[in-house]
Order: sequence, then structure tokens, then C-alpha cells
Amino acid sequence: MSESTIAVAPAAAAEPEPRRHRPLVLLLQGAWRQGRTKIGLAIVILLVGLAVIGPLFAPYAPDKTANIPGQAFAPPYAPPTAGARLGTDTLGRDVLSRFLWGGRSVLALSALATGIGLVLGVAVGLLAAHSRSILDDVLMRGMDVLLAFPQIVLALVAVATVGPKLWLLVMVVGITTAPRIARVTRGAAIQVVERDFVHAAEALGESRTKIIFGELLPNITSPLMVEASLRLTFSIALIAGLSFLGFGLQPPAADWGLMINENRQGLEINPWAVVAPVSAIGLLTIGVSLVGDGLSRASIGIERGGIDR
Amino acid sequence: MSAPAWDGFVVEVEDLRIEVESQGVDIVDEVSFQIEAGEVLGLVGESGSGKTTVGLALMGHCRRGARITGGKIRIEGRNILELSTAELRALRGRTVSYVPQDPGSALNPALRIEKQLDEVLAAHRYGNSGEERRVRLLEMMDEVLLPPEGRFLKRYPHQLSGGQQQRVGLAMAFACRPRVIVLDEPTTGLDVTTQAHVLDTVRNLCEIHRVAALYVSHDLAVVASLARRVAVMYAGRIVEAGPRSVLFQSSAHPYARRLIEAIPVISGRHALAGIPGNAPRPGRRPSGCFFAPRCTYAREECTREFPPVVRIADLHEVRCYRHADVLAEAAHGRPAAEELTALRADDRLLAVDHVSARYGERQVVHDVSLAIESQECLALVGESGSGKTTLARCIGGLHRAYTGEVRLRGELLPAGARARDRETRRQIQYIFQSPYSSLNPRKTVGQIVGQPLRLFFDFGRREIDARVAVALERVQLVASVADRYPDQLSGGERQRVAIARALVSEPTVLICDEVTSALDVSVQAAIVELLGGLQREMGLAMLFVTHNLALVRSIAHRVAVMSEGRIVELGPVDRVLGQPQDEYTQRLLADTPTLEAVPV
Repeated sequence: MSESTIAVAPAAAAEPEPRRHRPLVLLLQGAWRQGRTKIGLAIVILLVGLAVIGPLFAPYAPDKTANIPGQAFAPPYAPPTAGARLGTDTLGRDVLSRFLWGGRSVLALSALATGIGLVLGVAVGLLAAHSRSILDDVLMRGMDVLLAFPQIVLALVAVATVGPKLWLLVMVVGITTAPRIARVTRGAAIQVVERDFVHAAEALGESRTKIIFGELLPNITSPLMVEASLRLTFSIALIAGLSFLGFGLQPPAADWGLMINENRQGLEINPWAVVAPVSAIGLLTIGVSLVGDGLSRASIGIERGGIDR
Repeated sequence: MSAPAWDGFVVEVEDLRIEVESQGVDIVDEVSFQIEAGEVLGLVGESGSGKTTVGLALMGHCRRGARITGGKIRIEGRNILELSTAELRALRGRTVSYVPQDPGSALNPALRIEKQLDEVLAAHRYGNSGEERRVRLLEMMDEVLLPPEGRFLKRYPHQLSGGQQQRVGLAMAFACRPRVIVLDEPTTGLDVTTQAHVLDTVRNLCEIHRVAALYVSHDLAVVASLARRVAVMYAGRIVEAGPRSVLFQSSAHPYARRLIEAIPVISGRHALAGIPGNAPRPGRRPSGCFFAPRCTYAREECTREFPPVVRIADLHEVRCYRHADVLAEAAHGRPAAEELTALRADDRLLAVDHVSARYGERQVVHDVSLAIESQECLALVGESGSGKTTLARCIGGLHRAYTGEVRLRGELLPAGARARDRETRRQIQYIFQSPYSSLNPRKTVGQIVGQPLRLFFDFGRREIDARVAVALERVQLVASVADRYPDQLSGGERQRVAIARALVSEPTVLICDEVTSALDVSVQAAIVELLGGLQREMGLAMLFVTHNLALVRSIAHRVAVMSEGRIVELGPVDRVLGQPQDEYTQRLLADTPTLEAVPV
């Protein structure tokens, strides 16, 4: 038994700080503490909810014309009335129903495209950063070539050549998003590669895949999450833009981008047919970028470290 | 323009208190000291003790998130805490100037030296014309022993060596003939020879120009060579202050005593002793004396209230209830160093034959041969750029561009860890210089220490956890650190984790690359103590790379001195440190700051 003196010099081992959450959890907590993240998330959840469960509440199927009491056929661009709460569109279909149906495609396509861009870009960026060889140059110059063209031009060329296929749309947006993510990934990873824990893993003979995904990737999640949300914003705008130009979903399908195009002539008669999808797309991009901004502020806060943690 | 001579203390700090803004807990409190013109006061403490915070406060500045909330700082009688922003700006650089720790990051990489120096003068309207400033500029260069010529002035910071950069930093600080100068560990990261020269320059400049200087450092040996008076800081309080001879001969505070015992001594008469535990951070400080939990003298009264200032002798003040007992104990009865008996195993466990290595086009190691016997510790000593780390990296499989042979038990090893087999990689383990960079911040300590086990053995999860716990215990860490992240640990604890990772796979050869140079002196002592013990206990062959000759005696059997890629001297520690043959070794020995050189 130890002596009962008041204070004995302990062994070198003092009880360390209490256990803590994983760094990723800390980032998310930090982001959540910002008002902008909450607002952004609220907007995104609202619109995603609208797109996912909205069709259940839609009064009409998206391709059916509206039933307006006292009229045999619903007129085009009818202002909001009893049978059509937001009026009718260019073909006399219910704007509200088409709006509720039309969010799914934009959301699904842009999320999918960003996902593809993220996977490709992260893979290329990490490989380039880790290789420290000619491969780095080959990969990154390849990315630079893709970067030289505006995203929408590449998308238009592809769609104009092959035709307006949805898988093509997703692939093209994904592939043109990848170089931007690859640059950010490489930039962040190149600093991590030089740290000694990577050398330590190499000296132990850890496999390249393990080093890339076990040592490098976890250390660049903060900039990646910020970049991913920024890219999602751009993808939403791009997909909606391509739909507007007629390269996305084809009529009579309901889609926010397409709706804007179809109804823009009637803007003065029933503005809802354009204003509803435009504001939805606008709000969605604002919401996503607010979340991204919150993440980015939180990651800066964590890097500064200490005082408010 | 010379300021009228101020008689009395140039700097008077009274009851200074600095708080963390958001929490109201103090970083520094009850700090008082004075400095006269021409005097250097050494402010010593471990990292986190608040010494830099005090240094910055002399310029009326605080780091982000901190605020001066009490006390007075008088510079030539004027309380600078009452000055307006504009007055403070005029004060900084002109009356009080600052030399930062890392000159490499303090100089603007995009501006030539000339421009940066001129900017300081121009900003404070020193000299009326470009001509006049130019004259002063050249004079400054001369004062800090840099060539006062146009060609040198046209250089950019990255074209200068670390020592030259720090001299430029000094020139900028002394440019406007300040009354007070704050030096914040300006020689950390410099070679001993460069350090000795920079210290000389600082000493001369302060003396000639009657500047009151505050020299902030964690290294008592460095402070001892420069400052006549020393104040020791612990957890935001000054716990002892006095003339250096008094402090080093008969310090009255247990902490100061432990700090002194942690300093390696070239003559090797004493064993190194680290201070167990960590200094408490702001907000987590205990009641009573902050050092009590780590103090062997602590009694019940020590846990009640922080001890008051006691004046023992003229200028000698201490804050400890038990100072009389501390003083009574035989003056520095340091335990004698354990004799490291020379080993006569005569088996060349690891042999390096005619190894030459290059970085790109530049050859950094020239035809080096050495051998390490089993259970032997060989120290490899040299200044930065001597090629010692490159040689270590060749052996450790981290540097592939070399010619010559590295053999383990007579078996030729391929260059590069990937080309070596699993068993070889297991047997040779490497510990890196900085524990801040060698541990993945996104992994828990358990994952980090368990990594070699997963790679070298086919253990189950439970077996890995058990062995990680054993390894952590071996480096004197509690098992519960296994699920903490590296950034929750102090520098010393992190380095212990790195040691645990290296030893968990039971290697036969351990390469330690400057493992203490990123740590405080007190922590360094503990780490060296630990490594030496483990080396003997586990029978490891160890290559201990260091720039600090004073450390060698505490740990190594033999020492190899390296200069410009060649080994200039190799032999038993006693012989090399006792009767150095090579001129370079002699110079290194002379430049290494130790307490033995302290003029009494």
C-alpha cells in the first residue's frame, strides 16, 4: 500500500484529458454551432423533403391537365384558382403538381454527379499527391486540360453528340467536376504526405492503398467536405441549366429546369409556373452553400485550435 | 537621437495578470520583475508556462484570445497598458523590440533584406533621409556581424542560413536603438556553434547600448550563459528569481532544482533526471501551490494556498513554503550517472560500409563506415547539414539514394523499406524528431501503437490491445491514453507514444533521430532517461542521432562525430568527450552551453 502523504510525485503518467470525439465528429459539431449551418440545413431538408414526399400530396399526376371547376378544359397559364392552387402551365397542367414532382430529378442527378466527381477527384488527387513522381504531373496536367473548358461546354458537346441521355448527363457533370476536386485534394494531401507519420507508415511497410486511405484521406476530410458542398451547389445549377436547355429530362416529365423553359413565355400571365421552380433551385443552392460555409468556418476554428475547444 | 539616460529600472512589471478572454481563467498572474539598463533577465520555463505571453506583454501585445486584465508594465516610468493604439505602435520597434523564435517565418520571404531593414527604420522615422538610413543600416549589419555590403543586402531571406536569418532579426530589433528588447528563444533550432555566436552578439549589443533585455527560454543552460539574473516561471507564476550564481548553486524552489537537474552535463558526473508529470494548463491548475502535485517536498499546507513571495537574500526571492528544507538539502546532491560499461560483444549487429548518399544532385554523406554492436548505443553527433539524419534514414530504409552497404547480422539490406522483408522491417525501428509530425492526428494512440503489430504479426484484436497496453506501460503512460488523440497529449507524452510504437514489435535495432530536439529540456531529460533504461532492459542496439553533445554521456557507449558528411571522430564516449582529437569535436564541445561554464 502506498504511504498516505498528501502529495506524492506521481509516475510520469498523469491522467490525460478526458476522452474525446473523433475529429470528424468535432468538425460536424463545430459546424452545427454556427447559425448559418442550421439555416442552410433547414432549407436543404425542407426542399429535399418537398422533392421526396411532395409527389404524395400532389393533386394531379405530373402529366395530367388540371380540373378547374366550371371549365371543360384547363386553359394555359391560368392564374391560381380553385382547381389549380398555383395556376396552370403552358399546356394547362397544374403547376403545383408539376412543381412537387419536379424536384426529384434535379436533386438525384446533381447528388449522383457530385458523388461521381468526388470519388474520381479524390482518387486522382490522392494518387498524384502520394506518387511524388512523374505520375503526379501526368494526372494533374490531364486534369488541367479538362479544367480548361467550361463545364457547360463539355456537357453540351457530350449531350449534343450522344443525345440527351440521363446517364450521360450525370457522367459528364461528374467527370467535369472531378478535376476541381482533384486539385483541392492534391493540394491538401501534398502537405500531409511530407509529415513524418506517413514516412513512419512507409518504414513499417504499410501498403500504398492503406497509406492513401488510412493515413492521407482522414487528414483531408475537412477541406474535402467544404469542397464537396461547393461542388454540389455548382452541380445543381448545372443540371438545372442543362434541363432548361432541353438536354435533361424530356417532356412530358416534370422537372424544375424544364418547367422554367416551358413556361417562360407565360411569365407575365402566370408567373408561378416559373417563379416556383426558380426559387426552389435558388434556395437549394443557397442552402447547400450555407452548410458548406459552416463546415469551412468550423474547420478553420479547429485548426486554430485551443482556446474555444 | 538618443533618449535621455533613465536612471532606475527601465522595465518594471508589477502584478501582471493575463487571462483567456472567453473563460476568465488566468494564463499568467502575480508576475512582477524589474530590469535595469544593460541587464539581461532570463525568463525560464517549460512550454505553456506563460513565458512568451509575458514577453509579448512587454510590448503591450497579447495573442488572440488573451487579454491583459491587471497589473502595470512601466517602461522608463510610463505604464504602457494605458497607452493608446497609436502610442503603442510608436512604442513597438522603437522603444521596445522583439526577436521571435523562428526567424525563417518572421522575415517576409518576398522582400530583400535591405528593404526589410529599411522599412523598420522608415516606419519609425529613424534618420531623416534615405542616405542617413542607409548609413545606419550598414552600421547595423556590422553590429550583428553580417557583411555590410550591397551584395549581401540584396539577398532574400531564403538565401540565408538559419544563423544569418536570426542575425537579420537581431539587426531589425536593434535598428532603432530600443531601450528594451524581448528575445523569445531566438536560438532554438540553431546549431550549437551558431547559437554560441548569436548569444555573443546579443550579449555585446545589450551591454554596449545599455539595453534592458528579457531573454525567454526553456533552456537554463543557454540562459545561464547570457543572463545575470534569472526568473523561473511555472504555470503562469514566477516561482523563483535571483542572480544566476545563486540560482544555480543553491536554488530554493523544488521546481527550479528539478529544472537544473534536467540539464545534461558534458562531464557526465550526474545522471539526467526528468520531472514526472505535466505542468497544469490554465483553468486546470490545482488549489494551493501549482507544483505541489509533482513535488516531492509537498505537504498538506502546500495544497491550501499559493505560497507568498519570500525574500531569502538580496535579490533572491522564492515562492515555496518549504524553501528552507529545500535549501538545507545538500546543494544539488544529484545522483551520479550510471557507469555505462563498455561492451565487448564484438558482434557487428548492424554494419554500415562505405555508404555515400545524395539528395538530388548534392552528396550529403561521403563514404561513411560504422558498426553498432548488439546492446550498444552509438551516438551520432553533428550539426544540421552534417548528413547525420540522412545516414540514419538510409539505415532505416527511408532514403534510397545511396551507394555502399548496410548489413544486419551480416546480411545485405536492400535500399528502401519496401524492398526489405517483413522481418527486417520489424527488427529496425525508427523514431522521428518531432512527435508533432510523426503521429497521425486522426488516429487514436491505440491505433498508432497497434499499427506495427497488425503489420508484423497475425494477432487477434484482443492480443493487439493487450500488447499496446504493455507497450504504453513500458513508456510510463497510463493505459487509458490508448483512446485519446495525439493532440490531447503534451510533447513529451507524444514522443513516448512514438517510442511505444517503435518498441511494440520488439525490434533489435532502434534508430532515434534527434528525438528530443523538439522538446523542453526537462522533458528531454525524461525521454533520454526512458530511452536509456529501455535500451539496457531490452538489449537494443541503438543509433542515437543528436546535435547535442551534452546528451551523449547520459546514454551512449560510443560516439561518432559527423561533419560535412564524413565521420571525423569515432570512439568511446569518455575518450571523445575527454580528449577530443579532432578540431571539429573540440569546437563543438566548446560551443555547447552547459551549466559548468556558468561564471559564478
